[in-house]
Amino acid sequence: MTELTRVNTDREIATMEKTLVIRNLHVNVEDKEILKGLDLELEKGKTHAIMGPNGSGKSTLSYALAGHPSYEVTAGEVLFEGQDILEMGPDERAQAGIFLAFQYPMSIPGVSMANFLRSAVNSVRRARGEGDMRVPEFRKKLTERMAALKMDRSFMGRYLNEGFSGGEKKRAEILQMAMLEPKLAIMDETDSGLDIDALRVVSDGVNTLKGDDMTVLVITHYQRLLNYIKPDYVHVLMDGRIVTSGGPELALELESRGYDWVRAEFAVPA
Amino acid sequence: MALTEQQLTTSEDQYEYGFHDEEAPLFKSKRGLSAEVVTEISKMKNEPQWMLDFRLKALKYFEKRPMPQWGGGGMLNEIDFENIFYYIRPSDRPEQDWDDVPDYIKVTFDKLGIPEAEKKFLAGVGAQYESEVIYHNLQKDLEDKGVIFLDTDSALQQYPDLFREHFATIIPPNDNKFAALNSAVWSGGSFIYVPEGVHIDLPLQAYFRINAENAGQFERTLIIVDKGAYVHYVEGCTAPTYTTNSLHSAVVEIIVKEGGRCRYTTIQNWSKNVYNLVTKRAAAYKDATMEWVDGNLGSKLTMKYPAIYLMEPGAKGEILSVAFAGHGQHQDAGGKIVHVAPHTTSTITSKSISKEDGRSSYRGLLKVHPEAEYSKSNVRCDALLLHENSRTDTYPYIEIENDRVDIGHEATVSKVGEEQLFYLMSRGVSEADAYSMIVTGFIEPIAKELPMEYAVELNRLIQLEMEGSVG
Ligand SMILES: Nc1ncnc2c1ncn2[C@@H]1O[C@H](COP(=O)(O)OP(=O)(O)O)[C@@H](O)[C@H]1O
Ligand SMILES: [Mg+2]
Repeated sequence: MTELTRVNTDREIATMEKTLVIRNLHVNVEDKEILKGLDLELEKGKTHAIMGPNGSGKSTLSYALAGHPSYEVTAGEVLFEGQDILEMGPDERAQAGIFLAFQYPMSIPGVSMANFLRSAVNSVRRARGEGDMRVPEFRKKLTERMAALKMDRSFMGRYLNEGFSGGEKKRAEILQMAMLEPKLAIMDETDSGLDIDALRVVSDGVNTLKGDDMTVLVITHYQRLLNYIKPDYVHVLMDGRIVTSGGPELALELESRGYDWVRAEFAVPA
Repeated sequence: MALTEQQLTTSEDQYEYGFHDEEAPLFKSKRGLSAEVVTEISKMKNEPQWMLDFRLKALKYFEKRPMPQWGGGGMLNEIDFENIFYYIRPSDRPEQDWDDVPDYIKVTFDKLGIPEAEKKFLAGVGAQYESEVIYHNLQKDLEDKGVIFLDTDSALQQYPDLFREHFATIIPPNDNKFAALNSAVWSGGSFIYVPEGVHIDLPLQAYFRINAENAGQFERTLIIVDKGAYVHYVEGCTAPTYTTNSLHSAVVEIIVKEGGRCRYTTIQNWSKNVYNLVTKRAAAYKDATMEWVDGNLGSKLTMKYPAIYLMEPGAKGEILSVAFAGHGQHQDAGGKIVHVAPHTTSTITSKSISKEDGRSSYRGLLKVHPEAEYSKSNVRCDALLLHENSRTDTYPYIEIENDRVDIGHEATVSKVGEEQLFYLMSRGVSEADAYSMIVTGFIEPIAKELPMEYAVELNRLIQLEMEGSVG
């Protein structure tokens, strides 16, 4: 009896120090199972990287975490700061502090970056019972964050992602993240489409934001980004499961040896 | 306990401007339409004989013409012309001074924010209440420049020659059934004359409202922009909600002379039982520019196709049209451009939104005469559907009668996409806000052409329409 109580308490404490706990997550897309019992724990304030070959389910995981309606969770649980989020809509998850930087951001014609950012920031603030951010404060913050990301002011008048180059879209995603200041930032292939200079700027932006509070989940299939955003942990996603985890050295090993040895060693069906 | 019809209307429609004041009009014509009623209207107004003759001839055209079956289709057959008051006059003469405006009318204007608008738009305010303009205020310096801005009835009395020279020259009384009806019973509207070279910097504006149940509103607007002159006229319409159908059938004629420019902006938000059947047409002469900016919300059925005739070389025409069709509504809108002379250019941009079972149609005519060589035109119409049962149709009629022209035409239909909604919601924006953001963005190319206050108003009206459209 005492034994059991002690175990539970430990587990609770452990859960509280984790920003995100995923247990046995199964996700279907168009009735096809893509995630097949995925387990993952993200430590608060740490940077985790997920690496995996194309088609292994990385984007599926990020969409499922953000609450995309087409990604159907058939089993498992996802606890964000100890709270089950699977019943929450995408807007509620964002308001709770989850942010996904999209691999392929959508463009919204006619909606200026500035108006959109203000609506987003204020939606999140209202949900938390805070008032709207005052315009001068908003402007100041926006100007600072844009300067840090080396974005030209003219971006603000442009329509959201409309006609943006691949690199501009990625920067705009990070700017949104910088304005919303999430507790958990998920970045899906943020490095794709970025040249080396842009990669450095974006990574600097993320590193500045990180601080002690923000937990980061970097999704990538190249090691390159991890030279700039240094992970504390690396997890390998193959065939819908995390098959192995390790420290930063694991990323280097994947870079030099590819994924085949992982498949062999951890008996993932090819 | 069953709700009364009135309660049902109020609770269902949630029409923001659906309040109505108790009427205290001084004169109300008999219900229904006849030579007797038309004569009575003309007599009440002390009109010259030629106007009475004009009205009576128009009445004959109206009676002879069959009801159009295109556009609104069968819906037009539901109008009961015998059950309409064709003329109501709320006070004896148009007022110039706000202090003289009757209180019950001021209350209505307060609710519409008219005094606010007056402050913002120092250029002058003409507001139409029922069938006559009762409040009219024109800034002194415009008067000094020779600008005439009057209600149309007063203009007939005060400037008979200028009036008669231009009246019904662009839209003859037999043009179509509803132009004929308007010609027979017209009352009120704005008359504007801008003398040669005069540039009016701030928009002139008028507010229109229908207030009496079954009161048709048949205003008649005539704008003459003389050589090298410029005016921007802004018309906003709101009407309160009633249980029986109201009819609004206006005629707007505009003449833009050499090198002149006129922009006419309408944001109309009729309550959802109004038939809105308006004929708008402009003629642009050498190097003149005419622009229609037309926002259609509300009403049961709108049929409106602002037209521009490009009469002489160098004339330019632009039509921007935005329509929002909600539950039970049909917006049949678009534009008509006729290139009569060579070296003329035109664009039509139409944006329509259909919500729930709302239906929007783009109906456009682009006509290029054999003589109109080296003309250029570009037509673009985009439709946005919010729900599975929303409907849109496109009827682009194009008649090109010579080979030396440059014509572009593009039409798109899009649905609010799940991916766009998800993207916005993943930033904390609610589903309802995400919908209205997408819709607001969709009409942005037109909203940005409006004066700031009207752009805000348009977006706000659309947001109101969007409420309750989710889930
Ligand atoms: N929206 C979708 N519709 C159909 N199949 C999808 C969809 N999203 C992902 N998939 C499928 O799920 C699998 C994993 O895709 P994804 O999560 O995008 O992988 P990754 O991001 O690791 O490259 C792939 O086989 C892909 O085809
Ligand atoms: Mg992916």
